[in-house]
Amino acid sequence: MGSIPDTTNDPSFEVPDLTSKAISGNRAIFGKVLTVISGICVALLIVPLSLLLINIFDKGLSRMTPELFTELPPPPGLTEGGIGHAIIGSVMTLAIGAAVSFPFGVLAAIYLAEFGRGTRIAYLVKFSANVLTGVPAILCGLFAYSVVVIPLGYFSAFSGGIALGVLMLPIVIRSTEESLLLVPLEMRQAAIGIGATRFQTIMKITLPAALPAIVTGLVLALARAAGEAAPLLFTAFNNSFWSTDPRGPIATLPVLIYFFSIIPYKAQQELAWAAALVLIVIVLISSLLGRMFIRSRRI
Amino acid sequence: MTSGTDRDFASSGKSLDIYKRASTARILDLGFWGLTLSLALGGGAVLIWIILQTAIAGWPAMQLFGLRFLITASWDPVNNIYGVLPQIYGTLVTTAIALIVAIPVGIGTAVFLTEDFVPKFIRTPIAFAIELIVAIPSVVLGIWGIFVLIPTLRPFFRFLNSSLGWLPFFGGGAPRGNNLFLVGLVLALMITPVIASLTRSTFEVLPSELRQGSLALGATRWETIVRVMIPAGLSGIISSIMLAMGRAMGETMVAAMLVGNANRINASILQPGSTITGLIASQFGEAGRTQVAALMYAGVVLMILSLLVNIFAELIIRRYQNIER
Repeated sequence: MGSIPDTTNDPSFEVPDLTSKAISGNRAIFGKVLTVISGICVALLIVPLSLLLINIFDKGLSRMTPELFTELPPPPGLTEGGIGHAIIGSVMTLAIGAAVSFPFGVLAAIYLAEFGRGTRIAYLVKFSANVLTGVPAILCGLFAYSVVVIPLGYFSAFSGGIALGVLMLPIVIRSTEESLLLVPLEMRQAAIGIGATRFQTIMKITLPAALPAIVTGLVLALARAAGEAAPLLFTAFNNSFWSTDPRGPIATLPVLIYFFSIIPYKAQQELAWAAALVLIVIVLISSLLGRMFIRSRRI
Repeated sequence: MTSGTDRDFASSGKSLDIYKRASTARILDLGFWGLTLSLALGGGAVLIWIILQTAIAGWPAMQLFGLRFLITASWDPVNNIYGVLPQIYGTLVTTAIALIVAIPVGIGTAVFLTEDFVPKFIRTPIAFAIELIVAIPSVVLGIWGIFVLIPTLRPFFRFLNSSLGWLPFFGGGAPRGNNLFLVGLVLALMITPVIASLTRSTFEVLPSELRQGSLALGATRWETIVRVMIPAGLSGIISSIMLAMGRAMGETMVAAMLVGNANRINASILQPGSTITGLIASQFGEAGRTQVAALMYAGVVLMILSLLVNIFAELIIRRYQNIER
């Protein structure tokens, strides 16, 4: 179809047509169809995502009052109330999880990036951390249940924190290691060159240089753990009242959403939507900040 | 000259000081090395610890039920008879549905985001939004599924059931909304971004000569994608699919809230079912001693399934990375 342009003026000189018009009909249609299909694929992802966000803001915003953060949920049948106890519970379990996994993970990552680079141990630890990232979150809950809840004999905020800590650990190890690897080798060599020991080099040079990236990784790990309900179902369990006792069961936002969405009381369901909005805003803001930071860092 | 001896004294004192510092610094160095090494080993051992601990807790049930546990379709706390066949079936079916939807959509999205079909200022926010889906807590997807997705999709399920009900997997009574198909769709929404973003990064690291060579030989852009880019990136794509599969099998809240938790095997995907994760989440609260052990055993089964998938994915990634270098 017009693949050879009009060159009647000079029959010996034929200019091949390299434009897309030269491609035969079938091949062009094949390409067009696939382009449309790939566009539809993107729409199949974006449309549900936008709907989800619209629905959550739509249903959650009406309960966005100060009481939401300061009050207990109402008894069945009544309205009003809030989810203050679950916010405190989430903060507590996350803090316990962070206290367990952050020092552990950061120090382990220091070994991987600074001492054991390229060794067999480092490979095995990284392999195990990668596999651990893929282990279902609910198994972290079963683990914490059998390690903490069974020996102690009761559900507790502490065991929930342990479950979240196990969940965060591989993320902390991997993100910290990657942050440390971003620090140029020359900085370490310069430090060693002026007589610093390895400890001084790591503490005074490498860690401070990598700190912003490490903190980003830690925040992303927290954001991930903040949304997990499964490991908390049988560790922190649930609680309908104010509690700041790490040795007792405690309410958390994700578990509250789960329980309130499967009971037939309107006020509780509204609170579940409001809790979902709080949770999604926290998670999205922290992961947005984290990603923006990672992006700006790489360029 | 006394100053000379003074200087000697001073310098010898200084050097002594340096030796002293060097030895404490060395101890500190060694101690730090030991600490980080042991924690790194500990971090690696956590995986083994989780496996062992779950297996120990499930041991009474393993002794009691043996491998019959895997082929028994009963969850009967009254008579203490437990089996997870319906749950294994449900897990496999929902995962399969999720993958059937997510693989083409994920790869299509990845291609769309790698090629310049639309300008960059449209592509970047799309890529950003897709990565955000991964961060959405699954319990939020669960509540959205209960209150929005089920009412929206129920007519569609009913239509499938009434028009294609003669097919076994669309059959059964009129669908109420909680079913395996719904869970599969929500799982697909969760794992498609995983496939899309990993496939996209696979395409990005492929040598540009491959694409240039194919285009130079006269292939169109799509012929290049289908015949060159996808086959060349296949190992990366497969590993992304494996990771997504592990994610879909282990996802708990979506399954617990949307699958209906019906302890039976239905050929129809429009009927309620159960998954291993959904079973553990919904039964654990009121479980007695033997039942806890049985649930731990179910956890071990889930662990084995997901470990196989994860290790396989990890090995493919390693192999693939070695080729890249």
